Amino acid sequence: MSEELQELGSHIATAIDADIRGWRVEYGELTIDVRADRIVQVMQFLRDDPLAKFLVMIDLTGVDFPGRAKRFDVVYHLLSMHNNTRIRVKAQVAEDETIPTITDVFPCADWFEREAFDMYGIVFSGHPDLRRILTDYGFEGYPLRKDFPLTGHVEVRYDDEQKRVVYEPVKLVQEFRNFDYLSPWEGAKYVLPGDEKAEAEKE
Amino acid sequence: MALDASKLPNASALPYGTGARVGSPGYNPSAKDPFFGELSDQLADRGFFTAPADGLINWARTGSLMWMTFGLACCAVEMMQASMPRYDVERFGFAPRASPRQSDVMIVAGTLTNKMAPALRKVYDQMPNPRYVISMGSCANGGGYYHYSYAVVRGCDRVVPVDIYVPGCPPTAEALVYGILQLQKKIRREGSIVR
Repeated sequence: MSEELQELGSHIATAIDADIRGWRVEYGELTIDVRADRIVQVMQFLRDDPLAKFLVMIDLTGVDFPGRAKRFDVVYHLLSMHNNTRIRVKAQVAEDETIPTITDVFPCADWFEREAFDMYGIVFSGHPDLRRILTDYGFEGYPLRKDFPLTGHVEVRYDDEQKRVVYEPVKLVQEFRNFDYLSPWEGAKYVLPGDEKAEAEKE
Repeated sequence: MALDASKLPNASALPYGTGARVGSPGYNPSAKDPFFGELSDQLADRGFFTAPADGLINWARTGSLMWMTFGLACCAVEMMQASMPRYDVERFGFAPRASPRQSDVMIVAGTLTNKMAPALRKVYDQMPNPRYVISMGSCANGGGYYHYSYAVVRGCDRVVPVDIYVPGCPPTAEALVYGILQLQKKIRREGSIVR
């Protein structure tokens, strides 16, 4: 299996050498890094090449690396039913950059790209209908970015005077919980909540 | 073999009117309730019997609660289960109704998200008075697992007034049936038509 992937990887690398930044086979999976501006050509090749024949686009998603110069990874997963092979394609995009849409190659990428835009704010240039898909109407921010606060910025409540659901800044009635992940049987050095009563009774 | 009611413990007549309450301590189904005896006598004697109007109305109301399904997440599966033959809430006259304009109860079953909240309120506003809300499951009660999420309403009581909270994640169909019985009890206690 791994040799086949090596073979396929080197075949792809020689065919579209100018478009890719590197490729590797890790954990029995083939991954190629591509240049973001050439993603359409790469996808076209992977779909139409008689040795690759990746006709099915399984998934498209984003990954956020806040510390990196090019902040986002756009990850494409493809499946070749002909060869029973899967491939992962990665492209790096900075926050102020765009990446070409692949909806012309794989029409099913439409909603995936909308989701990636919704969750990370990655802009896909040339997309036919790039709006939010999952979050609330008028939602602000991109929830899957690492710097997005977990509770978001607004919460909703029904206002009896205005007779409608209103948005307000988040006011948490309960504090965040802190879990220490220490087992009370192994090495937790503190008094467990509730145990202080038992200690008081002994004395 | 016929059961001889007189030989059973607690076989003497039940306290007046407790015969229909299965939850009464020491309840014995074979014992006779003087309430039903009286009713039967009245019917045989005169062909009709008298009852207080509000009692009759409350009986009719608790016995035909049409519920609006508002299945939002996995709790909805348990809600369906409650209306299927095993638990069969229709024996309490608790029948599903697809239209909010013809229903009395709304079961909020599942996670209420910010995006759904205006829709939920709209559906609630379409229900005619008197209307009741059963909040089913942790998420509807107080956000539950998603309490700190950016997209979830921390309890559906922020959007609609809730009568009965059914705890659980998800609550069993049995728990929902118990919640329904509690709602019927509440309506009976309330005893008024205006809300």
